[in-house]
Amino acid sequence: MWTIRSFIDKIDDLFSRGADSPGHYRNLTRNIIITMLVVTITPLTVMGILNHFQYGRHLQNELITPLANTVSKAKHSFELFFEERLSTVRFIANAYDFEELNDSRTLHHLLRILKTELGGFVDLAIINADGDLVSYAGPYNLAGKNYASQRSFQEVLVKGSYISNVFMGHRQLPHIVLAVQRYTDDGTNWIIRATIDTERFYTLLGSLRLSPQSDAFLVNSEGIMQTNSALYGKTLKACRLTIPTGTRSTFVSETTDPDGRQILLACSGFNNADYVLVIAKPRSVVLRSWYALKSDALLVYALSLLVIIFMVVKMTGTLVRRIKESDERRETALTELQHNQKLSSIGRLAAGVAHEINNPLAIINEKAGLMNDLVAAGEDFPHRKRLAELTEAIIGSVSRCKTITHRLLGFARKLDTLMEPLSINEILKEVMGFLEREALYRQLDVSIDLDPSLADILSDRGQLQQVFLNLLTNAFAAVEDGGTVRLASMPAQGKGVTVTVADNGCGMTEDVAKRIFDPFFSTKKGNGTGLGLSITYGILKKLGGTITLNTRQGEGTTFTVTLPDKPPADTQKGGPTP
Amino acid sequence: MTTHVLLIDDEQEFVTTLAERLDIRGFSTATAEDGDTGLALIRQETFDVVILDLLMPGMNGLETLKHIRHIAPELPVILLTGHGSTREGMEGMRLGAVDYLMKPLAIEDLLDKLKEVVAS
Repeated sequence: MWTIRSFIDKIDDLFSRGADSPGHYRNLTRNIIITMLVVTITPLTVMGILNHFQYGRHLQNELITPLANTVSKAKHSFELFFEERLSTVRFIANAYDFEELNDSRTLHHLLRILKTELGGFVDLAIINADGDLVSYAGPYNLAGKNYASQRSFQEVLVKGSYISNVFMGHRQLPHIVLAVQRYTDDGTNWIIRATIDTERFYTLLGSLRLSPQSDAFLVNSEGIMQTNSALYGKTLKACRLTIPTGTRSTFVSETTDPDGRQILLACSGFNNADYVLVIAKPRSVVLRSWYALKSDALLVYALSLLVIIFMVVKMTGTLVRRIKESDERRETALTELQHNQKLSSIGRLAAGVAHEINNPLAIINEKAGLMNDLVAAGEDFPHRKRLAELTEAIIGSVSRCKTITHRLLGFARKLDTLMEPLSINEILKEVMGFLEREALYRQLDVSIDLDPSLADILSDRGQLQQVFLNLLTNAFAAVEDGGTVRLASMPAQGKGVTVTVADNGCGMTEDVAKRIFDPFFSTKKGNGTGLGLSITYGILKKLGGTITLNTRQGEGTTFTVTLPDKPPADTQKGGPTP
Repeated sequence: MTTHVLLIDDEQEFVTTLAERLDIRGFSTATAEDGDTGLALIRQETFDVVILDLLMPGMNGLETLKHIRHIAPELPVILLTGHGSTREGMEGMRLGAVDYLMKPLAIEDLLDKLKEVVAS
């Protein structure tokens, strides 16, 4: 579980791009990835496994059946070989009388014909009912030898014919013996015996055309090798493999040979002799194509897996990023809306109060003015000078109140987007007016460098006041008492104007700079709503302007605002107000 | 020759005081509390200049201005606005007012404007 956990964390890290992504999106990313991987990989894997077993079974049958067929056909060839020779010997026994064959010339004559016509015949012998060899044609001098005690003699008496296992002859060459019993009409019986060399066995085995790793050989029921095997023993030695010899049928079994190789063993027992034909093929050779297919399939599976994982991870990343962006946009819009609603109600209240106060103020102003006029025009009286000073003080205070009420009325109107030709310098001066007192108290060095040649732009006065008030308030907050704030306006490249607000305050780190326009992001611990720059950004976007910042921690920050000469078409038409 | 000034403003205290101050300065003044009274006076007498408040109950300043333009197209009108914005003032000037001033007034500004108007 630990490794899965760390893998999941890695995936999360991949998409949060190192930033502190909210847990919600991490979970979403992880859940989508896991779900998609499970629903794609599971069927693929299940199908792969099913196919593997199904195809494996099918292929094994396809390969094992031909092997069984091969061993069976080869066995038939051997049986045919034996039967052919046995028939020939049987024919001789029936075609000739004992007397005729007792004549060694006839026997020699027959042996010569057999050698030329059939091949493999070594000698011919006639044995009487007592087991005495009475006539012989062949390379050895065996006349007079008694075979009564030999197994071949016993068997032929019982079965009528007999095919021996392999034995070493006098010249130490492997031979087999075929013997046929002949009953004469007068009740006596005799045996004709032929010896055949086993060279033809190898011709038959060779015709199987086996691969070098495979082997084919004959054994008898006691597990004695009847032919030479490259791997499992020489002729007449015990076979190193355990051959199930009890059956005459053909079967294929899987086993491990003494050298530890996995082999397929195809065995087929002879019907007319005590032989079992064995073909041993290494499993790897038989199933080579299957193994090749298996590795190909595994490769395809692995590649598919990689592609799926890559695509799922990539697509999920894009998907969640889009969702996140859309969420953020919605959140910003909502925040701006709420904020502006709040501003709107406060603004209306302020406007109402300001308007109500403005009229009495105008009256006070006129009354005080009239008093002044009367004092000035009338005759001298005690305290005349003092009275004049007092009325002047009243007029001065009214003037200050007027500034306040007009400012309140001005701000209340900012909430509606109203495009009008305006001078950016005028707005900057107005906004600076709000902050003059603070600058004075804190002894800030505020320099204002406005380009007087700037053309008017079509924009919203109230919104721009808010933008520059935000930027200047931030600049004031960033500097220590006695710090420097520089406000400048200049023509933008192309049409429009550029305004820079620079301070030599605390500046910010790159991480903070990246997120400075995010809603609710604030470095003013506990004091900021984190909305000021977010709203500033939103307003400028709506007005077709841009805002960039250049900052270095400890050295200060410069915000650069660029405004077009006229707002985008949809804003001009009174499009979405924030 | 004294300059004959008509002041139209719903704020009685304001308009009478201002009229008195202008009288002291050698103007002859008449006052009206609303647009209708003002228009009636313009029909009866000949004024050199009208000082008109924009925000009044009943017929407001801009409407009154339209009527004045109708009755006496040449009569100069100076607007007074209590709003902190120049919007209505601009609108008024578009309708033919000479200029606009913000309430509370600085008497010097008004006198300057009156001098300008009379001179032209």
